[in-house]
Amino acid sequence: MKKAVLATAMAALMATPAAAEVKVGMITTLSGGGAGLGIDVRDGFMLAIKQSGRDDIEVVIEDDQRKPDIAVQLADKMVQSEKVDVLTGIIWSNLAMAVVPSVTAQGKFYLSPNAGPSPLAGKGCHQNYFNVAWQNDNLHEAAGAYANTAGYGNSFILAPNYPAGTDALTGYKRTFEGNVASEVYTQLGQTDYAAEIAQIRASGADSVFFFLPGGMGISFLKQYADSGVDLPVVGPAFSFDQGILQAVGDAALGVVNTSQWNKDIDNPVNAAFVEGFQAEYGRLPSLYASQGFDTANLLISAVEAADVSDADAFREALRAADFDSTRGDFAFGPNHHPIQTIYAREVVKEGDVFTNKIIGTALENHSDAYAAECKM
Amino acid sequence: MSAILIVEQVLNGLQFGIMLFLMAAGLTLIFGVMGLINLAHGSLYMVGAFAAAWVAGATGSFLLALAAALAAAAAAGALVEMLVIRRLYKAAHLDQVLATFALILIFSEGTRYVFGSFPLFLDIPDCLSGPVTLPGGIQYPLYRLVLIGAGILVALGLWWLTTRTRVGIQIRAGENDREMIAALGINITRLYTLVFAIGAALAGLAGALVGAIQSVQVGMGEPVLILAFVVIVIGGIGSIRGAFIGALLVGLTDTLGGIFLPELFKLFMEGGAATQTGSALAAMAVYILMGFVLIWRPSGLFGSRA
Amino acid sequence: MIPERFINASVIAGLLAVPLWALMADEIFTITLTTRAVILALAAVGLNIALGMGGLVSFGHAVFFGIGGYAMGILAFHAQTFAPLELGPLTIEGTKSMPVIWLVATVASALTALVIGLLSLRTTGVHFIMITLAFGQLFFYFTISWSAYGGEDGLSIYVRNSFPDLNTLVPIQFLGLCFAALCLALLLQWRLRNSAFGLALNAARQTPQRVETVGLNPMRLKLLAFVISGAITGLAGALFADLNRFVSPTMFSWQLSGELIILIIIGGVGRLMGPVIGAAIFVTLEHWLGGLTDFWHIWLGVILLVIVLFGRGGVIGLLTGKEGPHV
Repeated sequence: MKKAVLATAMAALMATPAAAEVKVGMITTLSGGGAGLGIDVRDGFMLAIKQSGRDDIEVVIEDDQRKPDIAVQLADKMVQSEKVDVLTGIIWSNLAMAVVPSVTAQGKFYLSPNAGPSPLAGKGCHQNYFNVAWQNDNLHEAAGAYANTAGYGNSFILAPNYPAGTDALTGYKRTFEGNVASEVYTQLGQTDYAAEIAQIRASGADSVFFFLPGGMGISFLKQYADSGVDLPVVGPAFSFDQGILQAVGDAALGVVNTSQWNKDIDNPVNAAFVEGFQAEYGRLPSLYASQGFDTANLLISAVEAADVSDADAFREALRAADFDSTRGDFAFGPNHHPIQTIYAREVVKEGDVFTNKIIGTALENHSDAYAAECKM
Repeated sequence: MSAILIVEQVLNGLQFGIMLFLMAAGLTLIFGVMGLINLAHGSLYMVGAFAAAWVAGATGSFLLALAAALAAAAAAGALVEMLVIRRLYKAAHLDQVLATFALILIFSEGTRYVFGSFPLFLDIPDCLSGPVTLPGGIQYPLYRLVLIGAGILVALGLWWLTTRTRVGIQIRAGENDREMIAALGINITRLYTLVFAIGAALAGLAGALVGAIQSVQVGMGEPVLILAFVVIVIGGIGSIRGAFIGALLVGLTDTLGGIFLPELFKLFMEGGAATQTGSALAAMAVYILMGFVLIWRPSGLFGSRA
Repeated sequence: MIPERFINASVIAGLLAVPLWALMADEIFTITLTTRAVILALAAVGLNIALGMGGLVSFGHAVFFGIGGYAMGILAFHAQTFAPLELGPLTIEGTKSMPVIWLVATVASALTALVIGLLSLRTTGVHFIMITLAFGQLFFYFTISWSAYGGEDGLSIYVRNSFPDLNTLVPIQFLGLCFAALCLALLLQWRLRNSAFGLALNAARQTPQRVETVGLNPMRLKLLAFVISGAITGLAGALFADLNRFVSPTMFSWQLSGELIILIIIGGVGRLMGPVIGAAIFVTLEHWLGGLTDFWHIWLGVILLVIVLFGRGGVIGLLTGKEGPHV
C-alpha cells in the first residue's frame, strides 16, 4: 500500500514492536526525470536511521514525481492522515515553496535535505523550518570567491531563465570582485549550447561561471570541451556530482566546482558514511546522499535530546545541531540555515571512475545573505 | 557583434535545424503515409540514444553505436507498429494521441527501469572531436560540421528513396489512395510497418548523433518532439520538403532569437532585466513563428491537405 | 447492459458517499483526494464541451486551467502582501474572496479562449491539435520566466481564500463548494446539449456544410463552444489553485493538457459523466499505483493502451454496451 519503512530491522525481531515515538514523512522525487537525486537523499537518510539502530523513528516515504501539486497533496496526506511530526525530503525549490510554508504554519517541523530558496531564508523564514543543506545562493557565492583567489578578472556567466538561475548569477556576482563580461540566461531544459559557447568565445572573458543543473550541465560541458574554447570553468557541485559525472566523462576533468561536502573530507563520520553507503547500496555516495544522511542524524540528535510532543524543546534541540556531520563542523545561523565551510573541488579520475578531490577552501564558516531579513 | 560571430551563429542554427529535420522527417513521413500522429516519436529518439550509449560503452566503437541506434530504434518502431499502432490507423486522431501518449509513459519508465535513473555517457569519437578553422578564421567544432553533412545526406537519401525507388513509389501511392494500391497487390500492412520502422530509425539516428554532444537521459525526447511537431506544422504535415524548410526555419529562429533578442532589449532596458525579458521572448519565438505561419497559411508552407 | 442514466446517478451518489464515509472514519485525506478528483472532473467537463460536443481536440486546455490558477494566485498574492496591483493608470486591490476570484478566473479564461479560438479555429484536424499545443507552450515558457509572480517557483498562498458564511479551511466544506461547481457545470452542459445551440453544434461537428446551408456559421458555433469550454476549465484552475494553496507554471504544461484528454477518454468521449468517471478512476490509479511501485507510470501506460485499443467508448461505453458519439 504505502512504501512505509519501519526504521530498523530489529523492530521486526521483537515480539511487540515499540510504538514509534517520532513519525517522519518523506516527500521526494522517486520517479521520472530527476529521480536520481531523490533516491540518493532517501538512501542516505535511511542509512543513518539504520546505523542508529533506533526503533522509535518511523519513516513514511512518498514519491512527488517532481510535480508541485502532487507534493502539496502528499503533504496534506502526511499531515492529515499519517499525522507525522516531521517532514523532509523535497529536492526542488519550487516544490519546497509549495509545501514548506503551509506545513510549518500547521505546526509541523520541516528539515530540508536539499532545496534552500531565498524567500524561506529571509522574509519567509519560520521557526519550524531547518535547512540542513545550504541556502540556494551558497555554492554560487563560493564559486565567486574561488574565482577571486584564482585571479579571474572577467567572467562570462550563464544560467537558465528561472528563479534558481537568477539566484545563481546573483550569488556569484555577490562575491566575485572582477568584471562580468556578459550575463546570459538560457532556456530551462535547453540541450544545445552552441550559440552560448560562440558568445563565450567572442566575449573576451577570462573565465566562465555556469549553473546548469542535471542534463543541461552535461550537454553544456560536453559541447564546451569540444568547442576548442579553453577558458577555465567554475560552477556549483550540482553539475559535477557522483551521479552524473560519469555521463560527462573526460569533458569534466580538471573543472573546479564548489561544494560543502566531498567524499574525501577527513573526519571519522564521513569515512564511515562513505564506506557504509558503498556497502549498503553498491555505489559511491553523492552530495545529495550526504545531505540526506546529515538530515537524519540531525533528527536523531534532536530525538535523543527532547520529546517531539514538546515543540519548543524539540526545536531547541534541532537548533543546537548537536550531531557529527559528514562535513565536519556544522551549526545553524539565526535563520536556521547552515553556517559551514564550502570547498573548491576538482574533477579527477580514480581508476575508471570520475570523482572529485578537494583542492582548497572557497569560503570559511559561511552564512547567507538573507539571514538579516529573517525575523522569527 | 562581429560578422564572424553572426556567421558562427547561423551555422549553429543550421545544425540545430538539421537535427530537428531528422526527427521531423520520420514524423511527417508517418503522418503522410498512415495519417498517424505519433507522440511516441520522441521515445524512439531516446531508444536510439540509449542503445548507442550502451553499445559505445561496451565496445568503444562509435560506428557500432550508430548501427545499434538505427537497429534498436527500427526494431522498437516495428514492434510498436505491429503490437499497437496498426490498430490505430482507422481510429480518430484523439485515440492516436492518447495511445501514443501511453507509449511515452511505458518507454520512459521502462528505460529508467532498465538503465537506472542517472544519465548515460556517450562521447564524440576521437577523430571527430575538437574544432577546425573555417575560411574567415571561424573556429567551429568538427563534429557539428559532420552533423550538418550527415543530415543533408539523409535528406538526399530520403529524396532518392521517395522519388527514385519502388518502395518510394508505393509510399507516395499509399499517401494518395491506400485502397487502390492494396488492390494492385501490394502488401499494405508490410509497407506500413516498413515506413514506420524507417521513421523510427531516423529518430534513433538523430538520438545517437545528438546524444554524443548532449545528455543521454530519460525524457530527452519530449522537448525535441514538441519542436519537431512545430516543424512539421510549419512545413505542412506530410511534406518532407516542408519538414526540411520548416526545420531550418525553426533552428535558425530558436538560435538567433536566443542571441539577438536579449541584445535588442538592451537598447532600451537595463542589462539584467533586458537579458531576462529577451530570453523569455526567445523561448516563445518558435511558437509565435508557428502561430504566424498558420494564420497566414492554415495548412503550413507546403501542406496540401489538413 | 446498464442504462446510462443509472450510471450517472450512481456516480453522483458515489461522489457524495465517499467523503461522507471519510468524514465518519476521520480519513481527512480521502476528502482531499475526492476534492482533487472533483476539480479535475470540472476541468475535463469544460474540455468535454469543446472536445465531445464540438469535436475540437484541444491539446492546450492547460492554458485555461493555468489562467484560472494564476487569476487566483495573483489576486490572493496582492491581498496577502497588501500591495495593490498597479497596471499603468489602473490600481487593482488584491482579494481573498472566492466569488470575486472565480468571476475573474472565468472571464479571463473566456477572453483568452476567444482569442486562441479565433486564431486556432482557422485550422482543423491535426493542425488544430498542434496549434493549441503551441499556445500551451507559449504560456508555459512565459510564466516560467515571469519573475514578478515567482517564475518557475510559483506562488504560495498561505491561507485558503474565503467564501461567505463558510470556513473553506475545513476540507469537507471546500469539497462542498467544488462539488456544487461541478454539478452546475454538468447541468449547464446537459442544458446546452439539448438546446438549439447544442443541436446546431452537434451538426456542425458532423457535417459543417449542412449547417452552413441552413444559414448558420459553423465556425461561430465552435468558437462559442470553445469559449464556454475555456471558461469552465478556468474556473476549475482557480479551485485547483485554492486546493493546493499554490500556483506554478506546471499548470500550463502540455502533460496536463494530455491528462485532461485522458480523463475524458477513460470515462467516454461526449458523455455527460465521462469526465467525472475518468477523473475518479485517474486519481484512484495515481494514488494506489503510486504506492505499489516506483515504476507505476508503466502500468498507467498499459492501462491507457488497453482502454484505447479495446475499450472503445470508455468505461461508460463498456457498461452501456454503446460506443457513444464518435469524434
